[in-house]
Amino acid sequence: MKAVARLRGGGSALPGLVAEKIDPQFLPRTLGKLPRGVVVISGTNGKTTTTKMVVELLQGQGLKVFTNRTGSNFTRGVVASVLGDSDARGRLDADIAVLELDEAHAVHFVKLVRPRYSLLLNVMRDQLDRFGEIETTAGFLRQIAAATTDAVVLNREDPRILALANAVTAPRIDYFGLAPQLRHMFPHDDEMRNAVAAGVPGAEAAGTGGGQPEGPRADVVLSACEGSAATFQVDGRGIEVELKLTGVYNVFNAAAALVLARTVLGPAVDEPALLASLENVTPAFGRGESLTVNGQPLDLVLVKNPAGFRLALKSFPAAGSRTMIAINDNYADGRDMSWLWDVDFDSLRETGVAEVSGVRAQDMGLRLFYEDVPVGRVDTDLNASLHRFIADDPDTPKRIYCTYTAMLALRRELGKLTEVEVVS
Amino acid sequence: MDAPVIDLLQLYPRDMNIYGDWGNVLVLRKRLALRGYEVRLHEYNPGDTFPEQVDLIVGGGGQDSGQNKIQADLLAQGGRLRDLADDGLPMLAVCGLYQLFGHRFTTHTGEVITGIGLLDVETVGGPTRLIGNTVLDSDEFGTIIGYENHSGLTTLGAEVQPFGRVTKGDGNNGTDGTEGARYRNVIATYLHGSLLPKNPAVADFLIRHAAERRYGSFNDVPLDIPHESEARTDAAARPR
Repeated sequence: MKAVARLRGGGSALPGLVAEKIDPQFLPRTLGKLPRGVVVISGTNGKTTTTKMVVELLQGQGLKVFTNRTGSNFTRGVVASVLGDSDARGRLDADIAVLELDEAHAVHFVKLVRPRYSLLLNVMRDQLDRFGEIETTAGFLRQIAAATTDAVVLNREDPRILALANAVTAPRIDYFGLAPQLRHMFPHDDEMRNAVAAGVPGAEAAGTGGGQPEGPRADVVLSACEGSAATFQVDGRGIEVELKLTGVYNVFNAAAALVLARTVLGPAVDEPALLASLENVTPAFGRGESLTVNGQPLDLVLVKNPAGFRLALKSFPAAGSRTMIAINDNYADGRDMSWLWDVDFDSLRETGVAEVSGVRAQDMGLRLFYEDVPVGRVDTDLNASLHRFIADDPDTPKRIYCTYTAMLALRRELGKLTEVEVVS
Repeated sequence: MDAPVIDLLQLYPRDMNIYGDWGNVLVLRKRLALRGYEVRLHEYNPGDTFPEQVDLIVGGGGQDSGQNKIQADLLAQGGRLRDLADDGLPMLAVCGLYQLFGHRFTTHTGEVITGIGLLDVETVGGPTRLIGNTVLDSDEFGTIIGYENHSGLTTLGAEVQPFGRVTKGDGNNGTDGTEGARYRNVIATYLHGSLLPKNPAVADFLIRHAAERRYGSFNDVPLDIPHESEARTDAAARPR
């Protein structure tokens, strides 16, 4: 079986496919031997960064953690990762597996391997052209919740995630949550229109907003977030941390990771070490990555759905930075551009957007026109836009909001610039 | 002198707003403002009081759960909406609201959801979703560009005309080449994307009839919107 792993080339799924065909019991057998079982992390936004956080939190407690590589969040990708990391007898040298799984593929995975723990982050509109409807996606997560044996960690603030509690068969549910004063930062998709209307002059009907009941008690509550400084309420104690992650959504995911780590570790948790690990977590590839170009920071912010884009715009103040937006519509980005119309861009009105690029740059330019946001240039040529963006104002910090394939292309081009240094 | 007012009503924005329907409202509002009209935006959600003055109605698509939430209220408002449509009030109904403006929607499990019969159309749930970039041809509006995502298969009756003929995509049912429905000044369609930003002829049709119905005339200033024609060209060239 080990020989199959050598088939691995650029893609991660092929050896997994071979192993799946030859020995369908490979995955349950190998992962089933892990002394502390399997953790599954799923949801629309934040899987990659949250998984990275959980892995580093558990490693900081002395556990050997197996995880799947970025971009292999399908069952076959997991098989391939397991093959790559297991010894000649098919054993994995790990205490626990922490796996990021795409919602639809997680359903297949949990039929093969029942996770001991699962963490379900959120359900947002994302690539509806793939799954059809948001309720379909919620249904996938429901099956993950139902298949989990020991404990399920849920986001108290997402109504569709909260509703999964009645599907849980495990003896334990733990929640992560937001203090009331932060909830406005995370309008749910269902509240989105009212949130938009609230900023619209001339809108007559008031949104329903607020009024949400408190919900179940949360193990960890994010109560303050200012830049990279955050305060969590843990068992009624306020704990202040200084993170290497920015963006309130990343910080909220840190609350999720803390709950999961505390659940896995139980009373044996070494809290000072746990917080030290948390403070050292750096963003995952492309998720708020910070590069240095010409001595100035250049942030790449991945945006892939309206909720994520709105959160990103709320998280990073536009003032003091030069902004670029790059929108592609390749299969991995989602072909439907409708989501751009559900993002509120008024926070960019003051500074404007220097460069709009990507395959659907014209759609994005049109969107910004209707939001009264000034636009410097609209150009579908991503590399030309990037070079102008950097050269036209070399002494200003820069931020690029980009879809997935645009981000890959931008990174490739940035890598060619000799002065680019990856700082985190 | 005060600017003439146009009262624009969004139907069920709380439960029937997905796939960028807000974009349609933004476009109508801006194009009216650029021609000197003041837009009063109203929202109507289940149980609300229906505004006395309405010149233009837009409503969008929703998840199945959203459709269930509004169905009873929509049936209660059916008579009023049919009267307004017959009186020439311009309306845009996208996706889920298009289906419920018809006689009925029979889901793939056989459940029958009664519509308001404003449009002579009928929808049955299909086995797959019809998804992707879509291009229509219309005598009235020229080339129409959008994105469809629906599992309902809609058949047009004799009282309505198609919104357009599909040149790329599936349209109402994937078989007869029609997309959407036209009745009086009502436009119903599966297309979002949003529909109106890239289809100014459709937006201006709605605006013109709203203004003419209320004021007897329309201040038809030509608009030059940046990126509009380029966005149309690029969208039409994208893969399905």
